[in-house]
Amino acid sequence: MLTLPRFEWVQPRTLEELLEHLAEHARESLIVAGGTDAVPNLKHRLHEPRFVVHIGSIETLRFLRDEADGLHLGPLVTLSAIALDERVRRDFLALARAASLVAGPQLRNMGTLGGNLCLDTRCTYYNQTYFWRQALGFCLKKDGTVCHVVPAGKRCVAAHSSDLAPVLIALGAEVEIASLDPATRAMRRRWLGVDDFFVGDGVHNNVLEPGDVVTAVRVPAAARGLKAGYQKLRPRGAIDFPMLSVAFAARMKDGACEGARLVVSALAAKPRVVAGVDALVRGKPLDDEVAEALGLAAYKQCRPVANVPYDSDYRHEMVPVFVRRAVREARGAPGPVLAARGGT
Amino acid sequence: MSEDREPKQPGFPAGRMMPGERRLEPPRWPGGRSQPPHGAFSVIGKRNRKVEGLAKVTGRALYTDDITLPRMLHAKLLRSSHAHARIRSVDASAALALPGVHAVITGKDLPACYGIIPWTEDEQALCEQKARYVGDPIAAVAADSELVAEEALRAIRVEYEPLPAVMDIETALAHPEWKVNEKAREGNVSKHVHLEFGDVDGALEQSDEVVEAEYWYEGSTHAAIEPHCALADFDATGFLTVYSATQVAHYLHRDLAKVLGLPTQRIRVVQPVIGGAFGGKSEPFSLEFCAAKLSMVTGRPVKILYTREEVFYAHRGRHPMRLRYRAGIRRDGTLTGVDAKIQIDGGAYSSYGLVTTYYSGQLLTAPYRMEAYRFDSTRYFTNKPCCGPKRGHGSVQPRFAFECQLDRLAERIGMDPIGVRRRNSIGADTQTVNGLRITSNGFLQCLDAVERAAGWKQKFRRLPYGRGVGVAGSMYISGTNYCIYPNEMPQSAVQLKLDRSGRATVFCGASDIGQGSDSVLAYIVCEELGLDLRDVRVVAADTDLAPVDLGSYSSRETFMAGNACLDAARRLRGWIAETLAALWGCAPAEVTLAGGVACSSRDPQRECMSVKDAFQLAEARHGTLGSVGWYQSPKLGGDYRGGTIGASPAYSFTAHVAEVGCDLETGFVKVATIWIAHDCGRALNPVAVEGQMEGSAYMGFAEALMEAHLFKPAAPGHGPGLHHGPSLLDYRIPTALDTPELRSIIVESVDPEGPYGAKEAGEGPLHPSIPAIANAIYDALGIRCERLPFDPPSILRLLRESDARAQWERARGQVGAAAGAGVAGRSAPC
Repeated sequence: MLTLPRFEWVQPRTLEELLEHLAEHARESLIVAGGTDAVPNLKHRLHEPRFVVHIGSIETLRFLRDEADGLHLGPLVTLSAIALDERVRRDFLALARAASLVAGPQLRNMGTLGGNLCLDTRCTYYNQTYFWRQALGFCLKKDGTVCHVVPAGKRCVAAHSSDLAPVLIALGAEVEIASLDPATRAMRRRWLGVDDFFVGDGVHNNVLEPGDVVTAVRVPAAARGLKAGYQKLRPRGAIDFPMLSVAFAARMKDGACEGARLVVSALAAKPRVVAGVDALVRGKPLDDEVAEALGLAAYKQCRPVANVPYDSDYRHEMVPVFVRRAVREARGAPGPVLAARGGT
Repeated sequence: MSEDREPKQPGFPAGRMMPGERRLEPPRWPGGRSQPPHGAFSVIGKRNRKVEGLAKVTGRALYTDDITLPRMLHAKLLRSSHAHARIRSVDASAALALPGVHAVITGKDLPACYGIIPWTEDEQALCEQKARYVGDPIAAVAADSELVAEEALRAIRVEYEPLPAVMDIETALAHPEWKVNEKAREGNVSKHVHLEFGDVDGALEQSDEVVEAEYWYEGSTHAAIEPHCALADFDATGFLTVYSATQVAHYLHRDLAKVLGLPTQRIRVVQPVIGGAFGGKSEPFSLEFCAAKLSMVTGRPVKILYTREEVFYAHRGRHPMRLRYRAGIRRDGTLTGVDAKIQIDGGAYSSYGLVTTYYSGQLLTAPYRMEAYRFDSTRYFTNKPCCGPKRGHGSVQPRFAFECQLDRLAERIGMDPIGVRRRNSIGADTQTVNGLRITSNGFLQCLDAVERAAGWKQKFRRLPYGRGVGVAGSMYISGTNYCIYPNEMPQSAVQLKLDRSGRATVFCGASDIGQGSDSVLAYIVCEELGLDLRDVRVVAADTDLAPVDLGSYSSRETFMAGNACLDAARRLRGWIAETLAALWGCAPAEVTLAGGVACSSRDPQRECMSVKDAFQLAEARHGTLGSVGWYQSPKLGGDYRGGTIGASPAYSFTAHVAEVGCDLETGFVKVATIWIAHDCGRALNPVAVEGQMEGSAYMGFAEALMEAHLFKPAAPGHGPGLHHGPSLLDYRIPTALDTPELRSIIVESVDPEGPYGAKEAGEGPLHPSIPAIANAIYDALGIRCERLPFDPPSILRLLRESDARAQWERARGQVGAAAGAGVAGRSAPC
């Protein structure tokens, strides 16, 4: 079978221990929570760290609290827990739905919120074995200098593939990042919007610096009343990463839209927050005409490339279809919410 | 098997092309072999468990990779990075110098060529001169662990001289000078077959309607969950034991001897429990030879377990095929002539390709009678992993094309597609246009069953736009009538040992790959000897312990090993009955063995004892109880070159109706239900037969909608030929959530030559899946899917390219009009 590379196993019990370790060895460490993405990537030699740092024993990172300022989620909360939690389902059904659409039941039981948020970008030329990649010639994301998707390209276009991130962005969620101050060795924490968490570079598509750790996610209380939806294009009813994902959330008052957010992802390294949405929706009901206009706007702003193993023209063509469906879902016609355990 | 070139093995007289001019004849039993030993069945036909079922579900079953031997080493294979390259040199010195590395072997260590078909031995365990696809093995390293072996692979330096790569049939034709496989006699042609039966052109001319269309089947692979694994142990006495996840222990045994230069009697091949095969383990593979050679070099046991990626390179999956059909029909629904031109993309080596090429034409001639038939099939070599037999070997692609043709012909003459199939059903006890002998045939019952169960008459051409139903039929072989290498010995054999403890042991070379052949043997022994299922042990697929059976391919085990077992058990039963008849003074025919009890039918209350006591009495009268049984098929097939290929002692028949719904915005096709009716002769265990029917329909459905064995094209800086995504994440097979409702209906035609009348059930039920779905999509949308798979982008493209809705309207009108005019058969919608 595919082997794991040689590494040292580190298992901190507290956040402080973790940060201490990272302060010394961040660049040669790989943080692992559920391992559902890290383990295959290790086997493919996409990561060759000296230390594999398992954070699953840091119990303070595992929480789900419904508070006045919103829903607080620890990075170790599993995707099953999010999909099944009554509070999440009551207030943020689109988030539960997105979690329920990740992979399959076993992987959702292991996979975590933090892992899904920090999921490595994916590409048909990258998520392959060492043998395959060396036979092709390594790419600029790992071990090489060229891009096989865009041969003249200088920037990695591997696809952002998290199911949760688009919904979190649509809901205006924030992420907390902790690290040690290199001078004082004191812990410092900062919050930023999930939309600012990602950057458009497939090699490393988020703002985390060596030594940074995601310690919490907060979905703001203001998001409770939003009408939201999440739609995922995947060839199969389970397992597949998104070939296209669309999250939509709108603030409604008396049947008219006050503002909305539309996020399209799995096409490029960073989720795309579609521009000009407010102008299209403000003061209007979430009807088919609005959905059509939103779909067209999204279509024009997206340029899928052949980075994941599915027809890129088709993925582009599906953008307006899935936008319309996300809007319809937000309007109150949700698709099936898959249970985290037991299949349907 | 009839072929023009002689095999290279010594010992076969020159000029002998057919095995067995004079064949062994099986014993004849009063009442025949299709009937129960006495009156009624007590085990056969019951929903019994599989004998290995509990071991599997409780995790106790030992698969090859579960076996660990003391001092065992692990080996890995170095594989070619190029699709086509001359190997200038291999330098393994740096790898050998690494701590923990015990041996490295290269092509020159295993120079002998092998191949499953004796006429086309064109593979080496490790490439010596040339690599022919990305992933072709070049060297093997034995080390303390897989990780060390893998690290050593990176230290091996191979100097390649890249050659132009042939990635498809067009290039194979356009560049015969880019020779992929030096064993090809002409350009890149692996095999060419042209056969004609009757006057095809005349028949087509006299047709009222002729339909011509071209179809494309994209390749697919087996995706068995257990990867290939082999463990070899060459001991101090010079005896080699190979444990391997193989479905053909006997053929592997022979090829190990040939390649390693060892006498066959010093080799033992053991097949542990197998985690799926589907044809993907039905010939020897590089890993078995390499593990054995490395064990011989190091004097230690050596294991090789393929990664999932390597399984994709080992492949032997279903061939990509381009199929062009012309078929004619008369207005009364009579099928006239069928003309097929088939191009087959074989990959780098021959494998079973000779048979595939014949099967692509030979197996189309039932369940429908055709007046004249011609096929011209050519298999080409390309620089891709080698294709081979996958469940429904060679005939799934032609069946897809032809059943779509039938749908079109039916529409042309305004006849219901089930009606057309009925009208042309070839029937029982007859012969096909190409000389195949048909015995039992339950095809009409299959059609009736799916028509009724699916509610066909209420649905066909009557569902709203986007929903539809489609039908297809097929037939398949229950084993072939020849061995792969010519010989006159039985194709299957059983030794049966009866113990005075009341226990029986069946020894048989048959290979249980999950389909249930071990269970079939046990059921037969229990039925004949009145034993409980727990009191029979099956020792199978071990060349030291069991007599030869040719292996699990061509759906042969139930029919052939089953018959061998039936004869062995019946012989023993005869001795026991004779003993008890003498004791009780009744006739042997009046002795019954069932449910652990032996009794006379005359006075079962007083003339009765346990079967264990009966065994002991028989042992005292006849000596130690043991018997043998064997199966050799009668001589079959047409009297022409290749006429034996496709000839089988019995054929199974299947009909499917598929119901689909299509998402017009995304192009997603959802197959809601497949009704599967299958004539398996007699269901020895209905639940096992249903499992095979469901599994087959699932696999066909998967190929219809999803599976595609694809390769990356060339791009700046690299050549073509990398597998598109050699993993089960990127090579997508449907999950439980994608799978349709599968409704199995067993039809029993009771074959006169099958054990208790049984025929095959493992491969036949796959065939109609793809065309039934394609025809249902036409009913739903008005588009003809001619290229596989029917994935969402393809469906959308077809919807856009044609005036689908108008075509859909026309098709509806046509059936209604024809039914009104009284032209359609009795199944036309009312």
